[in-house]
Order: sequence, then structure tokens, then C-alpha cells
Amino acid sequence: MKFKLNVWRQDNAKTAGRFESYSIDGITSDQSFLEMLDVLNEKLVGDGKEPVAFDHDCREGICGMCSLVVNGRPHGPQEHATTCQLHMRKFTDGEEITIEPWRAGAFPVIRDLVVDRGSFDRIIQAGGYISVRTGAAPDANAIPVAKEIADRAMDAAACIGCGACVAACPNASAMLFTAAKVRHLNLLPQGAPERDLRVMKMVEQMDAEGFGACTNHLECEAACPKGISADFIGELNRDLATAILRSREASKNASAGG
Amino acid sequence: MALQSKCPTGPIEQRWDKHRFNLKLVNPANKRKYEVIVVGSGLAGGAAAATLGELGYKVQCFCYQDSPRRAHSIAAQGGINAAKNYQNDGDSVYRLFYDTVVGVDYRARESNVYRLAQVSLNIIDQCAAQGVPFAREYGGLLDNRSFGGAQVSRTFYARGQTGQQLLLGAYSALERQVAAGSVTMHSRHEMLELIVVDGRARGIVTRDLKDGRIETHLADAVILATGGYGNVFFLSTNAMGCNVTATWRAHKKGAFFANPCFTQIHPTCIPVKGDYQSKLTLMSESLRNDGRVWVPKDAADRDKKPGEIPESARDYYLERRYPAFGNLVPRDVASRAAKVVCDEGRGVGPGGLGVYLDFRDSIQRLGQDKIAERYGNLFEMYHHITDEDPYKVPMRIYPAVHYTMGGLWVDYNLMSNVPGLFVLGEANFSDHGANRLGASALMQGLADGYFVIPYTVGDYLASVKPISVAKDVTKDHADVKAARKAVETRLKSLLEVNGKRTADSFHRELGKIIWDECGMARSEKGLRGALERIPALREEFWSNVRVPGSGEAMNPELEKAGRVADFLELGELMCRDALDRNESCGGHFREESATDEGEAKRDDEKYCYVAAWEHQGVDKAPTLHKEALEFEYVKLSQRSYK
Amino acid sequence: MTTRALSLTNTTIGKKMVMAVSGFVLFGFVIGHMLGNLQIFMGPDAINGYSHMLHSTPALLWGARVVLLAAIVAHVTTAVSLVRMNRAARPVAYAVKKDVATDYAAKTMFLSGITIALYIAYHLAHLTLGFTKGLHYQPSLDANGLPNVYQNVVSSFKVPWCTAIYVVAQGALSLHLYHGAWSLFQSLGLNHSRYNDALRSSAVAVAMAVCVGFVSVPLAVLFGVVK
Ligand SMILES: Cc1cc2nc3c(=O)[nH]c(=O)nc-3n(C[C@H](O)[C@H](O)[C@H](O)COP(=O)(O)OP(=O)(O)OC[C@H]3O[C@@H](n4cnc5c(N)ncnc54)[C@H](O)[C@@H]3O)c2cc1C
Ligand code: HEM
Ligand code: SF4
Ligand code: FES
Repeated sequence: MKFKLNVWRQDNAKTAGRFESYSIDGITSDQSFLEMLDVLNEKLVGDGKEPVAFDHDCREGICGMCSLVVNGRPHGPQEHATTCQLHMRKFTDGEEITIEPWRAGAFPVIRDLVVDRGSFDRIIQAGGYISVRTGAAPDANAIPVAKEIADRAMDAAACIGCGACVAACPNASAMLFTAAKVRHLNLLPQGAPERDLRVMKMVEQMDAEGFGACTNHLECEAACPKGISADFIGELNRDLATAILRSREASKNASAGG
Repeated sequence: MALQSKCPTGPIEQRWDKHRFNLKLVNPANKRKYEVIVVGSGLAGGAAAATLGELGYKVQCFCYQDSPRRAHSIAAQGGINAAKNYQNDGDSVYRLFYDTVVGVDYRARESNVYRLAQVSLNIIDQCAAQGVPFAREYGGLLDNRSFGGAQVSRTFYARGQTGQQLLLGAYSALERQVAAGSVTMHSRHEMLELIVVDGRARGIVTRDLKDGRIETHLADAVILATGGYGNVFFLSTNAMGCNVTATWRAHKKGAFFANPCFTQIHPTCIPVKGDYQSKLTLMSESLRNDGRVWVPKDAADRDKKPGEIPESARDYYLERRYPAFGNLVPRDVASRAAKVVCDEGRGVGPGGLGVYLDFRDSIQRLGQDKIAERYGNLFEMYHHITDEDPYKVPMRIYPAVHYTMGGLWVDYNLMSNVPGLFVLGEANFSDHGANRLGASALMQGLADGYFVIPYTVGDYLASVKPISVAKDVTKDHADVKAARKAVETRLKSLLEVNGKRTADSFHRELGKIIWDECGMARSEKGLRGALERIPALREEFWSNVRVPGSGEAMNPELEKAGRVADFLELGELMCRDALDRNESCGGHFREESATDEGEAKRDDEKYCYVAAWEHQGVDKAPTLHKEALEFEYVKLSQRSYK
Repeated sequence: MTTRALSLTNTTIGKKMVMAVSGFVLFGFVIGHMLGNLQIFMGPDAINGYSHMLHSTPALLWGARVVLLAAIVAHVTTAVSLVRMNRAARPVAYAVKKDVATDYAAKTMFLSGITIALYIAYHLAHLTLGFTKGLHYQPSLDANGLPNVYQNVVSSFKVPWCTAIYVVAQGALSLHLYHGAWSLFQSLGLNHSRYNDALRSSAVAVAMAVCVGFVSVPLAVLFGVVK
């Protein structure tokens, strides 16, 4: 197969980027998209040019490292798959393919197609954990969790933190990621004691990072390689509202008592 | 130098408790004065950094990915073992201990394995409390499955994403400490050198992968939890970035490398397709519970469609050779058996490197729905990758490198022979002998990180003066400067070769040598050949590799080249170790040491030891140190799955 | 651990809730207003009587006006602030971007909103304040000397371009409402996977009903059904 690639090239966060075009030949349909880029890079290196930098690691759709907006779609045209799981058989011979990085102010470009997703880590730092000291846990079966709840928590926990939801959202909103993270823990009894603080702090951090607001386009859900449901966003909104109401109540009671 | 394992003595159930009591403690007020470096943020490193931060130490944690949550532990699918006996099926700490000692083919220390089985209980408690959404039964209690041929159901799992969920648990604990200020996280940083001052590990040199900056970080102790070196084979189930660099640098600075030839080749992976292929995908071995493995009896039938080969012309070779265990024989046995039939020319698929894993009978017996319920996502993944529908045609599978049991030598405290250098998780050699059991690597990583290192590192630190107080080592110390200089020089030389071949092309070539000669079957002749070809390839690498770009910016080719350079040295040591160990045990199969039926033959007389290699310089023969293994509780006997 | 209480409206989510609540109020008004308008088909007495009733109960009239004004101010100022944030969140645009889930209504909420705002201004000037009198209608009084709403409407909508403005504006309004109606449930966290699909279809139905309800009046006049 033959392709014409338009690839975003950018030296670093400070310089402006540009598209460069490459033609590539001899690709087979069972090659993965990233293996196609490997071939391109091999060729660029051979020609004495700098290869295209792109993020990837596990190449099996679980680490969440790979990114790439392929022909206008984060992770490319295949539903429920990451870029590393995308195969060239999804494209037609001779097609022109445009490859861009995730584009969001909160994901600055580091080089070419590589972006900095540290903002996601900071959202977790704000409250995406259960405070349990190592060794202080009760027996794992001491707190039963209804199967439906555990399954639903798992549905949310399946998020790989890739950022495709942000990339796909017309507002570059991180609501799907944050919702998945908040709901995973808030659904479980183990996460209940901190649920209010968790949701308030995580949302506050999400906003501070400069992600946009959700206007319910649902592009995130469609782009998510793990099929995280946008229903979690509604639940996040509810969690936040109740958390704020409850914390108001609590501070009122505290000042009344004090 | 005699290796001191520091294993406690006495009744095995009491050893860890006794040892823990004897370990020195660091005064709580002093903890924050100690700096600890943790390289790696997988289950082992992430758990260690989080726990040490929580205890009050000042921790610096490093990983090469953009977020600690992406360490390769994330890819583990199957599950994690623990001797909870929640199923009431007769499991116990002792049984897990026993199964492991036998399963690893008697090439691990009894004391270590027992401790692992003991703390497995705490791991599950800890993870459940962190919010790991383990699979549950309708009553709300934890579910278990039997895994890797175990006779009891002791494997805990979270769908097919157990590693991911456990890692997210450790990662969240880590991020909590980052927020608390006790851990500083350095993502996209690669460790390129260990700093040793006066014989003690005192820090590391790293390269910031974002902008190429070289940094020195000093500390009172250095913990390596950098994962396995399976990528020496080029094609493996490891992530693209998995490397040996951190442990290899430490090895070159004096840390012994133990049992490097012990590698695990997993029987159920999707076969290789073409020359461009960059990695192999593992299919959970649970598939062997319902799939039957076969190849045609006659090599002439190889290219026929599977449906056209009648029952009478099929060879269900695992069921034939191992009637008691059938398709559920351990990984090493299943892998080797697949190699044998492919070597006989009966392998299927492109290049004849594949065997069928057929669900026809179970679909008939249980119905397609049941099979879909059990393996739906795996079938989908297979379909995705191969474009073949496994409900209609049998899957094709072939073994692939999956795990490395070898690693840096450590004592019972997980400290290497270099004082102050600790090694955890897959990066050390400690608990899996010659063959790791399914669902035990996750257990070991978390055991090391959550429940062993927090005690043992304290014992070491209590005996040294904190760097923040003593100020005995600074960035201007001659040894520190030399370490930094060494890194800079090496990067510069890689960039300056300016030859004709890419780092990948060398990596592929090395991988092929190791796979052919130090893979599923090893022979003296093959290994000797490899020991000539690898140094030659290494020489060519240093004169003909091409690394474009500069060191002062993000440069993935430079990262790759540095890793390949280290693999080119490790590969040689693996072959040397394999040559030296003229017995077959676990994943290490020497053709010279087999029974008449072609089964592995262990030689406890001569080889019941850990081989710990001391580096003497590139192109110089390393020195072998032996740590004898003693078995007081589980009697030495040959494994048999007949 | 204590933390300073987070103020809901400082968060993007809180802002969305303001949009949803104010939108809901406006939505309610729109429905009521539409039902009121439809009385025109019952003849002049019905609609004029309705108008007089409103004007003779100032508490009701002004109460509604205050609430509506507050809602519209909150809705518009929050919309502007959100739109700004959302634009800033993606400083470099995609060269190629394919949307697969969203729709025209969702993508044009701000545009349809502005259209509605302009239309509201015009609409108030036209029929409430009577600024546009002479342009396309002569204000008339009924037998009791009160404003003859029926007559005002009929004479206005006989002018085709005036009807056109109303029809276009109603188109914008129904697009806005179609997305807004189900979106507000999500924003307020009142969604549930079990009835999300039903919500979406009801949103279409309600938006269509509003559209038909509103445009039926000017069109009926223009085509002489109502004289
Ligand atoms: C596909 C697959 C499936 C598996 N399934 C199972 C299973 O079901 N059950 C089971 O028990 N085991 C399983 N295993 C094995 C198990 O996952 C691993 O052995 C284990 O997770 C290793 O954990 P770790 O913490 O030691 O290393 P890793 O998780 O590999 O972490 C290594 C860390 O070190 C960092 N690092 C590496 N090199 C450097 C460097 N030079 N500088 C800086 N940082 C560096 C990395 O960034 C990373 O953070 C599986 C393995 C694979 C590959
Ligand atoms: C009668 C007038 C109006 C009604 C009934 C109305 C109704 C609504 C409703 C119900 C919502 C959904 C709230 C949510 O997102 O949860 C909404 C959203 C919105 N409205 Fe309005 N609105 C009106 C006027 C306006 C005006 C005048 C503007 C503009 C300037 C405007 C701009 C917006 C914007 C930008 C949104 C958010 C878009 C989104 O969530 O996708 N609206 N409106
Ligand atoms: S929600 Fe989906 S798209 Fe967003 S980060 Fe998680 S996995 Fe990626
Ligand atoms: S490379 Fe890991 S998800 Fe794609």
C-alpha cells in the first residue's frame, strides 16, 4: 500500500509547528499504524533526516501512551481502539493521511506529535486516591461490595488516561477523564469517606489546568478507546453539587456550633 | 567474594517476623533527613515510592514514560495470586510456598518464597482498600479463579486488566504522596548511570527525555525497580521502552547480575507476521482451559485449511505427551512442545511458526455464548490483530518472550552486593527461580514495594549518616562528576558514529541471535556461536550505527540506541550464563540435558545454585559467583506433568 | 482535613449548572408563552383577554419579568464566560477534525443563542414596547381602549419580512432547545442511562412542538388563515 502523510512537525513547545508531507510505499495491510510510522522513521533516518517523534509504549492498547489525531479523529477511524491497535487495513491504498498531536492548551506539545499530559497526573494528585496507609487495610472481604457496584466502578476504572477525550472534545474538556476517575472511587464503599473532598478538589484542579467546559457534545465518549460512558459525567456533576451542598451545610453547622 | 544471602534461619513460618524484629529502625524525626531514589514506577517502584514517602522519607521517583501510571505492569492481564483461601479449597501460605518452590524448579531461595506467600495476604487487603475493583461474586465478596494450572483458585483479578488496576492503585498512592510533598516525581527521565562513592550507591545520573538535559541526583539509597529485560529479544510482549539500561549500568558499577539466562517464553502469543513487526501480543493463558492445541500429523498438511484436516490427521500433541495435564502443562513445557512440532516442519501459518489453539470442541460442548462470555475480549483482540475470526477458524499461537526471571542479585533484604543499592520487582532475580508461575509477578512486585523494602531500607539507612546532614557527597565530588561525564561522553559517541544502520536494525539482528540460540532450547554449539556473533555485532554497532538529531532535545532514536548498546552487552552475558549452566531447569532447556523422551533434566548435583556474575569490563570474561541453594522444606525432585 | 468551601459557580461544572437552571426557567417561559400565543386561533377575544389579564395583575407580570430578566442575564453572561474558556482551551486548532457524535444544534449553541438574543431585542421592541410601530403595523386599541394584541399581530405578520424574522428566530430557538433540553439533565446530573435515549427523543419532540407552535401564528396570518 501507498500513502501520502501530512505530519505535524514542531521542534518544541516554544516554536511554531508546521505540516510536512511524506510519501510512503510498501506498507502491508496487516501492519499497525505505528509500525507504518516506524517504517517512515527508518526511512527518514536513512535519508539523514530527523524522525517523527510520537508517544507509544505498550503497543497493545493499555498503557495509554500513544496518541495521534489521524484524519481528524483521535486514535484514528477504528472504534474502541487506540492508535497502536489501528491497522493499515482500515485505510485505502493511496489515501492521504493527516496526523496531528492532541491539541489542547492543557496538553502543550513537547515535540512533533508528543504532548505533555502532566495535567492529568495533577488532577489525580488533587484527590484521585483513597487515603489508606500501607499495611493499615482491613481484610479484603471485610467490606463486601455489591457486584453491580464493583462492575460499574471497573467500567470507570478502565480509563487508560490517554487524553483522547480531551483531544476529541470541541472544547478540549477533560470531563470524561475526570468523571471516570472520580466515579471509580466514589462508587466504592472504600472511597466514600473522601468522596466530597475528592470531587471538589479534582474538579478545581481540572479547571485550573485550563481544560474547557463540557457542553455535552459526547465526542469524548465516541473517541474513547475504552468505551467510557458519558453517563459518568452526569454523575460527576451530581457528585459535585451534593458535595458542595454538604460542605456548605457542614461549615454552617461548624460555625453555628463554634 | 562470598555472597551473603542474609536469610534468617529457624522455622520458616517465623523467619520474616524474626528478621523484621531484628531490623534497625530509623527514628521518625530523622526519616525526613534521608533521601531515597526510586527508579521505576511500576508495581514494585510505585508501591515502594508511595510507602517510603508515607513513612516520611524524602523520595525522588523516576520513570521513562510520561506518567508513572504507564509502567509496563499495566499490561498484565491474568491476575495476582494470594493464599487467602477464600474459596475454602485447601489453599494456605504453605501451599503457595510449596507450589512456587516446585514450580520455579528449585532455583529460588525457600526463605524468600515463603515470605512472598506470607505477604500475599496483605497485598490483596491493601489493594482492595485502595479501591482496586477486583472481580466480585454476587454476595459482594471477592472472586477467584484458577490460573496457570494451579490446583486451587487463588488468583484475584479485575476483568482482563488486573495489572492496570493494581498499578492504578499504586499510582494513586504515589500521587497522594506527590501532593503531600514527600515524593518528587520525575517522569520522562531515563536513568543512565549509577553513582557509587566509596563503594556505596549514592545517586544516579539521568537524562530528561523532553529536552535532553543531563541531571545528577544524590541520595542515601538507590532503589531500582526498572522491570525486566525481555526486549533483548527485540520481539517480546514487553513495551517498546522496556530496557536493561538501569540494571546494566548498576551491573557495570559492581552489582552482580544473577541467572541472566532464565527467561520465560509464554506459549500463547499471536504469531509473528512480517519483518516490520515491532512487538508481540500475549493472549491470556486462560485460553488453554478451553482450547485444544494441535498441529497436523503430517507436515504435508501444513498449508491446508484447518477445517480440511480430518480429526484423524491432527496431532493434539500436549494431550498425547502429557495425558495428566494435557493442554494445561506449565508455560515452559507448552512452549517447548510447540517449538518441537514446528521444528519438525508441522507448524502452521506463515513461516510455519504457529500451532492451532482450537475452540471448536468447547463451542460445540458449551455453546458460542459461553465461550464469548469467558473469552470475548480476547477473541475480539485476536480478530482485530489477525483479521481472522477465532469462532470460525482455530487461533494460531506461538511462544514469545514474556518475562525475565534473572536480574540483579539481591540478598533477603533486597539489597544488591553494592551497599545502598536495592533492587525490586522483575529487575531482581529473587523469587521466581528458573520459571515464574502465572500471576506471581504482580504479587512479587507489590510484596517487594509495599511490604519488604519499607523495613529493609530502614535497616540500611539507620546505619548511615543522612546526606542532608553529613553533606559528604555533593555534585562536585569527583566520582559524581565522573559518572556524569561518562554519560555525556557515551551519548556523544553514539551521536558521532554517524554510520549507516539504524539502532533498530541492530536490535533486530541481536534479537534473532538470542531467540535462535538462547531461546526455548539452547545448545553448547549454538551458544558458542552466539558468543562470537554478539561481540562482532556490538563492534559493528559502535562503528556503523546512525543516530540523527542532537542530544539537547527530545530524541527517541538516541534513547533507542543507548538501550540497544546495553542489550548488546547483556545478550552476551545471557549466552555465557546459559552455556555455563549445563542442565535443564524451568525456562532454561539445554539440549544436552534431556531425558530420552526429550523432557528437561535438572542437575541438582552440579547446578543447585544462583549464578551471580561480576562484570570485569566489556570484552572481558565476567567472574561467576555461586550462591548455593538449600532446600529444607520442599524436597528436591524432578517436575513431572505426565 | 478541612478545605475552604468551593463555590459551585466558580467551577466550570457550576457554570454549566447556571446555564441549565436559567435555561430551564427560560424554557418554561417559552412553553408558557407559546401556549399563550396559540390562543390567537381562538379569536381576538381570547388573546386580548389573556393580555389584559396579565396587564391587570402587575405582581404576576413584573414577577415574571424580573425572574426572566435575571435568568437571561445569568444565562447570557455565563454563556459568554464559558465560550471564552472553551475557545482558550484549544489555542491551536486542528487542520482536520472530524466530529462523529455531536450535531449541528450542539455546535451552534452560541450562534443560536445570539440569534435568539437579537431576536428578543427586536421582539420586545416590536410587540412589547411598540418601538417599531409604523414600520409594519399601526397600533390599535380595542373597544375598551386597551391594546388590541390580536390586531397588532395580524397586521404585523401580513408583512412577509417580519414573518421571515420570526420564522428564522424560531428555527434558532428550536435548535437551541433541542440540544438544551436534554443537555440540561446531564449538566444537572439528573441523567440516567436507562432513560437517556428517551430524553433525547423527547428533546426532539419538544423542540419541534415549540417550533411548530410558534411559527404557526405568523404563518397563519401570512397565509390568511387568521385574519
Ligand atoms: C503482557 C504481559 C502480561 C503479564 N501478565 C501477568 C499476570 O497476569 N500476572 C502476573 O503476575 N504477571 C504478569 N506479567 C508480568 C508482570 O506484569 C511484570 O513482571 C511486573 O508487572 C513487573 O513490574 P515491575 O514493577 O518490576 O516493572 P515495570 O512495571 O516494568 O516497571 C518498570 C519501571 O521502571 C521504569 N524504568 C525502566 N527503565 C528505566 C530507566 N532506565 N530509567 C528510568 N526509569 C526506568 C519504567 O518507566 C517503569 O516505571 C505480565 C507481563 C506482560 C508483559
Ligand atoms: C429563550 C431563550 C433561551 C432558552 C429557552 C435557552 C435554553 C437553554 C438551555 C435549556 C440550555 C441547556 C443548559 C445546559 O447546557 O445544561 C442552554 C444552553 C446554552 N444557551 Fe441558552 N437559552 C436561551 C437563550 C440563550 C441566549 C440568549 C444565549 C446567548 C447568548 C444562549 C446561549 C446558550 C449557550 C452558549 C448554552 C450552552 C451550550 C451547551 O451547553 O451546549 N441561550 N440554553
Ligand atoms: S476517558 Fe477514555 S479517552 Fe479519556 S483518557 Fe480515559 S480512556 Fe482516554
Ligand atoms: S502504546 Fe500503549 S496504548 Fe497505545
